Amino acid sequence: MKILALARRIIRQFKRDRRSLALLVIAPILVITLVWLVLDGDSYEPKIAVGDFPDQFTQALNELDIDVLKMNEIEIDDAFKNGEIDAYVYVEANQPKLLLEGSDPLTNSAVLANIQSIFNNSDVQIEIDYFYGNKNLNIFDQVGSTLIGFFVFFFVFIIGGISFLRERTQGTLEKLLSTPIKRYEIVFGYLLGFGIFIVIQSIITILYSVYVLDVYMVGSILELLFVTLILSMTALTLAILLSTYAKNEFQIMQFIPIVIIPQAFFTGIFNLDSMATWIQALSKVMPLTYGADAIQQIMIKGNSLLDIWDNLVILLLFAILFIVLNIMALKKHRSL
Amino acid sequence: MSHKMVSVKGLHHSYVDNLVLNNINLSIDKGEIFGILGPSGSGKTTLVKAIAGILSIQEGEIHIDKTKVPSLSLLQSIGYMAQSDALYHELTALENLEFFASIYQLERNNRKNAILHVLDLVNLSDSINKVVDQFSGGMKRRLSLASSLMHQPKLLILDEPTVGIDPIIREQIWTELRKLKNQGVTIIITTHVMDEAEKCDRLAMLRNGEIIACDTPGQLMNNSGANRLEDVFLVYGRDEQ
Repeated sequence: MKILALARRIIRQFKRDRRSLALLVIAPILVITLVWLVLDGDSYEPKIAVGDFPDQFTQALNELDIDVLKMNEIEIDDAFKNGEIDAYVYVEANQPKLLLEGSDPLTNSAVLANIQSIFNNSDVQIEIDYFYGNKNLNIFDQVGSTLIGFFVFFFVFIIGGISFLRERTQGTLEKLLSTPIKRYEIVFGYLLGFGIFIVIQSIITILYSVYVLDVYMVGSILELLFVTLILSMTALTLAILLSTYAKNEFQIMQFIPIVIIPQAFFTGIFNLDSMATWIQALSKVMPLTYGADAIQQIMIKGNSLLDIWDNLVILLLFAILFIVLNIMALKKHRSL
Repeated sequence: MSHKMVSVKGLHHSYVDNLVLNNINLSIDKGEIFGILGPSGSGKTTLVKAIAGILSIQEGEIHIDKTKVPSLSLLQSIGYMAQSDALYHELTALENLEFFASIYQLERNNRKNAILHVLDLVNLSDSINKVVDQFSGGMKRRLSLASSLMHQPKLLILDEPTVGIDPIIREQIWTELRKLKNQGVTIIITTHVMDEAEKCDRLAMLRNGEIIACDTPGQLMNNSGANRLEDVFLVYGRDEQ
């Protein structure tokens, strides 16, 4: 029977390729675990600052188990910018007012739910305003900015990884190494060659998101492009590095649930504040964390490159690290 | 008086626990066509890769033209044709050669001439603008050979160059190899085809990572009292065991 023979051949191949076999079993478990980790996190407790406000209100908040900070209007600005508080409640001309941080729709609604439960029984209505964005900022606007970073990262990774792998499997890398080319020239050649496509990809992704999908965007589009490019370079260098450890295209695909998906989960689509510390620590070693944060800061908060330089420096350090490792990995083929 | 081009001394190499090359000692003269004959798995490719400098050797020493391998400057004067075709399938023949010509930093003015010359040499002039993807196996081998000739190497290392090439073109390639030899180019060629081995000036027979015999084809046959190279292999192979 041809069918049986074929099935047997595939089983045999898998037995030789333990890694693919392990992945076949572990990948689904891993992804399910990720979803569970994220969705099963404790419900978010908003941090609310209170200005000049009747004490009974503060008490009502305390009864809801919400930490209340006393702040004045001068402190508020910095507190919002540093992400210390999610909302500020105060009274102005006898009118209670609520100022929401505004960049994360999930946090907004958590604050709103709590505040409104207090005002339900009174006839006073609270006025709502936003520090960043406005009430039309929906979940897509918030996630969208992160998704731009994610998809740029994802596709650069796949295409870069596979094309460098091809170079190896079709023998052209060996051929290249039999010429007087230096190892770093190969790595930078790749970065440059791909750089052109990365620029095009970034431009199209950004223009499409901002002008077609109408994702909330208040920052400078050129600065956004710059950030996206740096993020893509990091993705490409990582892809080339990991392709060294793949024997074929299939094994490149195996890196997706290991390297790519966790980054999507832990880099801003979901609020990490309510998650375990080890997850938060994990997100610190993921390049996309810094890329997505930088993109979000430009798009939603309208920050400039000067405000996010630390993110950019970390991204560049990642890229430099991967480049150095790439050049060293090529030593496996030629010691010079 | 002949000059030594390649010298291999005490070369050992193993992959994981597998000893692939065991105490290889070789000396190849300038302008010689040196054949490495052996069945697949005998270590031919590993040996030529080590000579080309694209394999970090574990034990032993290799010198080419008095320079120790590996050396970047040496690579400029070596032409290496791998067992895989090592071509970019999305590109045309011309684009492939242009790429390698620029890697070898051929002068811009000479580039076109060098490309046309090697393409003519391997009989691919008509397919210059054809995408490699549409090439037959033999055409790919020939283009691969062309790509290792462009920069006029002093040492040409060919790993199974004539696999899948039709006899007429194979003969043309051999004519060309002899022409190169007469110009002083040293050629190392691996093969598992006996009649091809006979065309080499000298021959090393490789089996299980060891050289079991090394001499001119005629001398090898004389020494072992065999009429065909195939039988020589059998004689020496038996001694081994």
